[in-house]
Formats: sequence, C-alpha cells, structure tokens
Amino acid sequence: MFDPIRAGLASGWKHIDASTLARGQTLEFDVVIVGTGAGGGVTADILSDAGLRVVLVEEGPLRSSSDFKMREANAYPELYQESASRKTADKAINILQGRCVGGSTTVNWTSSFRTPAEVFEFWQRQFGLRQLSAESMSSWFAVMEHKLWVRPWDTPPNPNNQVLVTGSEKLAIPVGVIKRNVKGCWNLGYCGMGCPTNAKQSMLLTTIPAALNRGATLYTRLRAERLRFDGSRVSALDCMALQPDGIHPAGRRVQLRARHFVIAGGAIGSPALLLRSGVPDPYRLLGKRTFLHPVVISSALMPERIDAYAGAPQSIYSDHFLHQAPIDGPLGFKIETPPLHPVLFSTTLQGFGEAHARLMREFTQANALLALLRDGFHPESRGGQVRLGNDGLPVLDYPLGDVIWEATRRALLAMAEIQFSAGARWVSPAHETAPGYASWAEARKGISELPLKPFVCRVVSAHVMGGCGMADGPQRGVVDHRGRHFWLANLSVHDGSLFPTSLGVNPQLSIYGLVARNASLLAAELSGKPNPVIP
Amino acid sequence: MIPSRRQFIRTGLAGSLLLSLSGWLNAAGARRLSVAEREMLGALCNAMLEGMLPTDPVQRHRLVALTVDGIAVEIAGLSLAAQKEVGELFGLLVLAPARLMLAGVGQPWHAASVAEVSEFLQSWRASRLSLLQTAYGALHDLTFGAWYARPDTWEAIGYPGPPKGYF
Ligand SMILES: Cc1cc2nc3c(=O)[nH]c(=O)nc-3n(C[C@H](O)[C@H](O)[C@H](O)COP(=O)(O)OP(=O)(O)OC[C@H]3O[C@@H](n4cnc5c(N)ncnc54)[C@H](O)[C@@H]3O)c2cc1C
Ligand code: SF4
Repeated sequence: MFDPIRAGLASGWKHIDASTLARGQTLEFDVVIVGTGAGGGVTADILSDAGLRVVLVEEGPLRSSSDFKMREANAYPELYQESASRKTADKAINILQGRCVGGSTTVNWTSSFRTPAEVFEFWQRQFGLRQLSAESMSSWFAVMEHKLWVRPWDTPPNPNNQVLVTGSEKLAIPVGVIKRNVKGCWNLGYCGMGCPTNAKQSMLLTTIPAALNRGATLYTRLRAERLRFDGSRVSALDCMALQPDGIHPAGRRVQLRARHFVIAGGAIGSPALLLRSGVPDPYRLLGKRTFLHPVVISSALMPERIDAYAGAPQSIYSDHFLHQAPIDGPLGFKIETPPLHPVLFSTTLQGFGEAHARLMREFTQANALLALLRDGFHPESRGGQVRLGNDGLPVLDYPLGDVIWEATRRALLAMAEIQFSAGARWVSPAHETAPGYASWAEARKGISELPLKPFVCRVVSAHVMGGCGMADGPQRGVVDHRGRHFWLANLSVHDGSLFPTSLGVNPQLSIYGLVARNASLLAAELSGKPNPVIP
Repeated sequence: MIPSRRQFIRTGLAGSLLLSLSGWLNAAGARRLSVAEREMLGALCNAMLEGMLPTDPVQRHRLVALTVDGIAVEIAGLSLAAQKEVGELFGLLVLAPARLMLAGVGQPWHAASVAEVSEFLQSWRASRLSLLQTAYGALHDLTFGAWYARPDTWEAIGYPGPPKGYF
C-alpha cells in the first residue's frame, strides 16, 4: 500500500519530532497553529495557500497508513488522548479524542453532516451570531465537501447499521443514509484505528500534506504550553517537547514567535492552553459551556451474525427524536450505530466474570445503537467546564443533571424498541444494574424503572465542543464569529471549541466549514489580499 | 468480615481513609508493579475473567500473568495524573487492613477464592460511594482491556481479527 505520508517525508517535508531535539529552539513564522485536527488542518491549508509561513504544533505523533494495523492494542495508546481512556474529573464519562497528526479526524468514523439550520438560528437568537446561517455557510460547506470527498455512502449498510434500518422502518421512524468523507473506501470498518487504505479523507491525508507540500513546518510530540502576551498582542508560544511516549516531558523547550496565533487543540486542549496562559477573561467564560453530545448505548443480541466490527462503521442515522420538541425543550437525540471491537465492546459492557463472558461469547451477534444527546440548548443544559489540574493539564467537569437523565431514559427506551422491532432476542442498556431484557414489553417496564445516575449508567463522548464559544460580544463569548479573541488582537480559535452549544450532528463538517470561512478571512487580512469571494 | 466491611463503608469513613492513605502513598513517587500488586491483580483477573479463563491451573496461571503484564502496559499509556490515581488504588489494595476493611477479602490475595474476590468486586460495583464505584470501573476496564487486546483471546468470541492481506 502506497503511504503518501512516508513518501512526503522522503520528498523533504519539514517535520520535526520534538522528542528527538537535542536542544531548545526559538523560531519565527507568520502564523503558529496549535493542533493538527479538523480545525488546525484546514487552517494550515488555507493560510499556506495564501503564501504565509506556517508552523503546526502537535503533541501527538505522526503516524500513517503503514502504521495503521487495525489493532486496538496499538491504536489507542498511539492515536488517542490518554490511550482512549480520557475521562471527566468524576470519571462518569469516557471521552474519545484523537492525539496524533490529523487529530480526531485520523480516528473518526467519517460521518459528515452540515450544521443544522435550527442550530444557526439558535446561535443568532442567543449569541447574536447573525453572520452565520445555513445559507451564508452553505458555500463553505460545499467547498469542504468537495475537497474531502463527502458523498452519500451507497454501499449497503453493514448488518449492524441494518438493524437500525429494519427496526425503525417497522416503527415508521424515518432514517437517513450518512454521507462519508471517503475515496475508494474498502468498507473494512477500522476507521477508529486509522484507515489502513488511505480511503478516509482525514486531515492527515488532505490539508496537512497540502500545507507541507507548500513548505509548512510540522512539529510533533511538542505540547503548546503557554502564550506570552503584551497588552493586546500575543508575542510568542512556549512549547514543551515530550518524550517518545508522549507523556513525559523531554526537557527541551521550543519558543515560536509569529504575527498571528491560531489555537486548534480541540475543545479540551484549546481552552486549557488559554487558561494556562492567563489570557484576559473578565467575564469568566473561558472553558465554560463545554458540550459532549453525551452518548448512551443500548446493546442487543440478534438471531443472526452481525459482525459489527466489519464494514463502514456508521452509515445510517435517525433524527426522528431530535424533532419531538422545540430545540430548547427536553433534550432531543440522534441515533446512530457504533462499530464494535473487542476492547471497546468488552470495556463498555457491564458486569464481569461468567455473566460478562457469556455476552462476549455472542460477540459476533451483538449490535449496539447509540443516542447522542443534544446538550446546550435547554436552559438547564449548560454543559461542563474545562479547568486546570495541579500539573497544568486539563480536567473536565461535566455534571450529569436531571435533563440529561430524563433524555437518557427516552433514548434507552427508543433504542430498545428499535432493536426488538429488528428482531433482537435480548437487549440491555450499557448500565450496571440492567439485567437485560428478552422482549420489548419487559424492556419497557425495566427501563422505565431503571435508576439513572453517574457510573451506574454508562455515558461516553467522542464529540467535545465549546469552551471558547463564539458570540457578538465579550459578555457572552470568548471569541467573535470569525474566531477572533475579544481581547488579544492576533489570537484566533479555529476548532470545535468555538461552538456556543452542541450541534445535534457529528461535528467534523461543521468545523471544516466554519474554519474554512474564518481561515480565509484571516488569510486575506494577513496577506493583504482581497476577502474570499464566497460571502 | 463482610458485615464489618459493610458497616465500615456505611460510616462513610472509607472515602476519607482511602484519600489519606493515598496521600501517604503518594510520597512514594513513580512506581512499577510490585510483587504484591501483581498478586492482587492476579486475584482480580481470576475473578473478572472467570468464564473466559481455562480451568487447567497451569494454563490459567500463564494467562493471568499475561493479563497482568497487559495491565502494566495499559497503565503506562495513561496520563500521569491517572497513573498516579491507579498507583494509589493498587498501593492501597495490597495493604492487608485495606484489603480486609474496604474489600472484605480475608485471605491474602494469592489465596483468595474467585467467589470471595467476586463478592468484593460486586460490592464496589454496587457501592454508593463514588470512589469505590470508579475504582471498580478502573479495574474492570483495565482487566478487560488487557485481556481482549490479545489476539489469542479472540477465538473464544468468534472475532476473526482484522482483515489480512494487502496491508
Ligand atoms: C473515535 C471518534 C469517532 C468520531 N467520529 C466522527 C464522525 O464520524 N463524524 C464527525 O463529524 N465527527 C466524528 N468525531 C469527532 C470529530 O472527529 C471531532 O469533533 C473533530 O475532529 C474535532 O476537531 P478539532 O479541531 O476541534 O480537534 P481534534 O481533531 O481533536 O484535534 C486537536 C489536536 O490538537 C492536539 N492538541 C491538543 N492540545 C494540544 C497542545 N497543548 N499542544 C499541541 N497539540 C495539542 C491534539 O493532540 C489533537 O491532535 C469522532 C471523534 C472520535 C474520537
Ligand atoms: S471503512 Fe473505509 S475509511 Fe474506514 S478504515 Fe476501512 S477503508 Fe478506511
């Protein structure tokens, strides 16, 4: 298999693995970009295309198709934050985020949705973001869809996703086919461990090689520590080299100076960097309103083989339950299907000993549905807060309150009903005291009475958003609609932390589109060229 | 033993004891798995993985040891803060008084029966103290993570492993 990253390196890309640095460095560029995920990748592409000298700072390693062996044992420690076991401070929510070149896009499941119109409308009403609407953003989404090969997935869904189709159709619940950013996908199902065929059009394969081909510099194993600022301008970014394990500091420091600084470390990394730097935050908004799309899970055993590890992981969705109430009413949820691999499934599955073993022996017949709860719209759904631990690294508090549990119960019921309609012989929420149910009648009664609280009910997230929210003024946001910081003139935020609420859809395309717009505006300003023709 | 553990936990003191002992253990600094910790984890694996582990004692012992090795590898991949917390938990569990009072396991770990350890795990799993619940969660995830990371465990669950061939 041709590995475009190894080929690029051989052709002379400027990549510095900071764990190998013999001494500290101080360097100067036009723009420093922290993070190489959805936001950092798009920014690097657009700014380098405008002729700006950019440097990318990534704390994870550079890995590519030759390294992607489709094994959880390698993928999680290599490619994920905290070996895929990052958690909220109280440990009640498990958080999946990428930590490698390409960020979460290197390990994500390729589902691509535009930001829904009603989300923009809410932002206009509540945060004064009148510049952003489904119409004004549609060209930006179109540009990114084209660039990243976002297309409807017309291969038949794998049996795991087919359960969602069959069950929903019987109940007259509408479902849709998910668009995916893939080119020549082999339908393997290992997107979460890095795509071994280079089919997934992640940042690793698209925007970042484009920037490197134009001479951009990429640092890996380098953690952005602190911004230095003077009055209203950032002057430098202090970075810390990490050892090859990506955990321990290597002792070397790198200082990067630039005209402009773009922060795109994801919705935990970005607010944490700004908090560590002590940037002005008079209204104490930084790190607040962090949203997760808290995910609850329902497992089923089907009568036939499902092999939920094989085939495109997410290809079918239902938004039916997002539209049962006003957007700021009781939380709506989106239903999708996660891929199941032995480590992820066995650790998510409740119980131990023989009871656990019995379920694992039926692994090939297991199906799972997930419901992502749309947090951040209901007045009581204010999300979580990123703060700093004693070591200066981020900690996320996310209280799971009544509005979440009320929606959880509806979601667990809805998923169980769909699974039984599809012919499940057994269904259980991922929940410590749920005994598992053999019929919809049993499940309906059981789930209605299930105690719902932290730890007892499993909650996970792969969609961290917010913490540096956009708004029309500093009283209700950290940055403006262009991602520009309200107090530091040459500082921008370009990633999932921009969103003032969650989205109700998987976030990647929302980030690509918004960042394409904002990076284009920034490129025009910094290069003195006219603004982009797209509105 | 069991009633006293229940009473102890009900007093609500368990948490503060855990914390103060942990604070004390902290001072010990960075750590590798000690022999005592390996024994403790071996006992936990024996109970967690009951139903998957073979009954033949020699085989079983070998696979438990491999799983404990796997747990050590997993821990090394956690954040330093999480490594410290796990280290504190392990450091606590190997102390006889904590094993007795918090886990309710009377025998030393290497002699504890699967039934006894299972009862301890279940009591933490069902505990009303979030500290014990999360400790159970960590032990659960580390054990199953280490077990199912190994290709030799896949046959029992019918997982063929990743596609082979042109990669
Ligand atoms: C398993 C998984 C599946 C997903 N599936 C989908 C999907 O199907 N569809 C979808 O739309 N979304 C999906 N997502 C979510 C989506 O990928 C993310 O929302 C998106 O990539 C976030 O972009 P970002 O730029 O905010 O951050 P990221 O893409 O997470 O990138 C942030 C990068 O910054 C680096 N970083 C952080 N802090 C620092 C620092 N201090 N110094 C240096 N570097 C730093 C990180 O290592 C990381 O590489 C999935 C996510 C995961 C984890
Ligand atoms: S399903 Fe497609 S995109 Fe995902 S890993 Fe397989 S080949 Fe790559």
